[in-house]
Amino acid sequence: MKLLTFILCCCYLPSFAGIIKVGRQQPFQTITAAVSVAKNGDTVLVDKGIYFEKNLVISKQIVLKGIGHPVLDAEKKYENISIKADNVTVDGFLLQHTGVSSMIDYAAIKIYNTHNISIINNIINDAFFGIYSQYGIHCLIKNNVLTATAKNEQESGNGIHCWKSDSIQIIGNTISGHRDGIYFEFVTNSVIWRNNSFKNLRYGLHFMFSNDDAYITNIFENNGAGVAVMFSRGVKMFNNYFKENWGDAAYGILLKEINDSYIENNHFEKNTSAIYAEGANRILIKKNIFKNNGWAFKIQASCMDVTLEENNFLGNTFDVGTNGSLVLNKFTHNYWDKYEGYDLNRDHIGDVPYRPVSMYSMIVERNPPAMILYHSMIMALMDKSEKVIPSLTPENLKDEHPLMKPLPL
Amino acid sequence: MKKIIKYVIIDILRNKIILAYTLFLLALSLSIFNLEDSSAKGVLSLLNIVLIIVPLVSILFAAIYVYNSAEFLELLVSQPLKRKTIWLSMFTGLSVSLVLSFFIGIGIPVLLYEFSATGITLLIAGILLTVIFVAIAMLAVVKIRDKARGIGAVILLWLYFSLLFDGLVLFILFQFADYPMEKAMVAITAFNPIDLSRIMVLLKMDVSAMMGYTGAVFKDFFGTVAGLLTSLLVLLLWIALPAWLSVRKFNRKDL
Repeated sequence: MKLLTFILCCCYLPSFAGIIKVGRQQPFQTITAAVSVAKNGDTVLVDKGIYFEKNLVISKQIVLKGIGHPVLDAEKKYENISIKADNVTVDGFLLQHTGVSSMIDYAAIKIYNTHNISIINNIINDAFFGIYSQYGIHCLIKNNVLTATAKNEQESGNGIHCWKSDSIQIIGNTISGHRDGIYFEFVTNSVIWRNNSFKNLRYGLHFMFSNDDAYITNIFENNGAGVAVMFSRGVKMFNNYFKENWGDAAYGILLKEINDSYIENNHFEKNTSAIYAEGANRILIKKNIFKNNGWAFKIQASCMDVTLEENNFLGNTFDVGTNGSLVLNKFTHNYWDKYEGYDLNRDHIGDVPYRPVSMYSMIVERNPPAMILYHSMIMALMDKSEKVIPSLTPENLKDEHPLMKPLPL
Repeated sequence: MKKIIKYVIIDILRNKIILAYTLFLLALSLSIFNLEDSSAKGVLSLLNIVLIIVPLVSILFAAIYVYNSAEFLELLVSQPLKRKTIWLSMFTGLSVSLVLSFFIGIGIPVLLYEFSATGITLLIAGILLTVIFVAIAMLAVVKIRDKARGIGAVILLWLYFSLLFDGLVLFILFQFADYPMEKAMVAITAFNPIDLSRIMVLLKMDVSAMMGYTGAVFKDFFGTVAGLLTSLLVLLLWIALPAWLSVRKFNRKDL
């Protein structure tokens, strides 16, 4: 037994690595100097203070840890930290004043072609790009707070930007004031969990060509254009909040060319359009709450096999909007607060189908200035007569089994 | 003038119909506020009442009342009084009493349950609509001598403002679908006090669907102080113009 313990201890020996301290009263005054003498597996502990390191390049497998959030200032010229080695941890720094360039994507922390990187507990203020992963694999980006004050889309970068990466975990970050809160392009097998992305100029979350990812329990609030998920497949969107994305081109979620994905248990509140689907195929939209939106669900005729079931539609101006009469999608077992049917056999399912597309929504879809007739008597009358004999609204777009009571979601 | 106004008001307030109208509005608004889960939603439901029922009752009641007081008017005209004074007193008396019942019926519940910018806008719109439709009724009555025809005309006028005008707007919109009509729409609403008050109140509520491009154009106009003042001015013009025309007509009318 003793022998076994000894062998085990030997195996762990390399992890009893050195600690190098940086600070005014410490052996090293600058982080660059400390990193240059560090060996793989060492920990660099940085005391409180302000450090002007220009571009700090980490090309060794070390842990860089700040005590009391030391400030790393890039003087608006450089990249704060460039990570070019595997197994690096950056923990507890305050990074500020990243350089701005239209040629190079400067970032507060940039990961270059490496794996097993952890970026945790950092505060990033006034950065161009916040955290940038380029060919990063197995990276953890956790509990960072990113705040920027971007004025326009051209001169601003994204909060967390991942490009051609795999197995990234983005957990518990708070991102505001960037161009896109979180940006994914060619990123696979990754998870975005418990983040808060708000008041970004463009999208709270922007997905492009990223397959088999999940985003779970995030809050996207008050972003310029909401959340966009485009040209991807196998995306899972669970338990997120999409709130107050207001404007002509603002959507809770914009789905464009999405296949085989799942949207479940999300809350959509006060968006101009909660979900806008274009060229979306084989999507399951289940157990979501759509509340007080302009349009709860806008579906273009280019979508196929989209299933909406067991959702609650409450207080939306328009439940469903569409642009054509072709319907290849399924609506079933939803609760619609505008449903006026009856339930004679008491099975909690309405006996007559509900048609969520109103005459007025078709008119507004074709002719937006008709919004001026919102809540007018003529529109109420036209909607009522259309309900009795559908002529303009697509006949097949209906919920055959509308629920009588809202689902407990 | 004061005496005539006082007499008209007292006469109307004794009227059972006006009492029923007040109680009806009161019951309606109280039940709406108690039934809806949020009072902001209650205001939305009340808006429909204000836009449909208030103009209808105002225009019909005013027309019938003036027709029924034809003899009283003749009597007054035989007195040493200016015709203008008589007619305007009649108008003021009718407006004040109808506004009073509107205020009791809808104003007090709104102030109790939803004392907000939206609620106040709704109240102002309702009060102005009441007076506007009294003025329109007075104009119709002075133009048409026959009571049956006059009441018919008044109902048609109400139908025009609350329904036909919007149909016309929709028709125009589709005819000119290829053109940017948003700004023209703002101008067109000025021709219908009901539409104008509806948009004013709706833009005070944050209705998400109104947040699109069209809504932004409306908000740019109605949301600003200048726009709000302009629309209030237009509504006041809707009172002044029919009232002035009817006074002119009454001055020359052979009773």
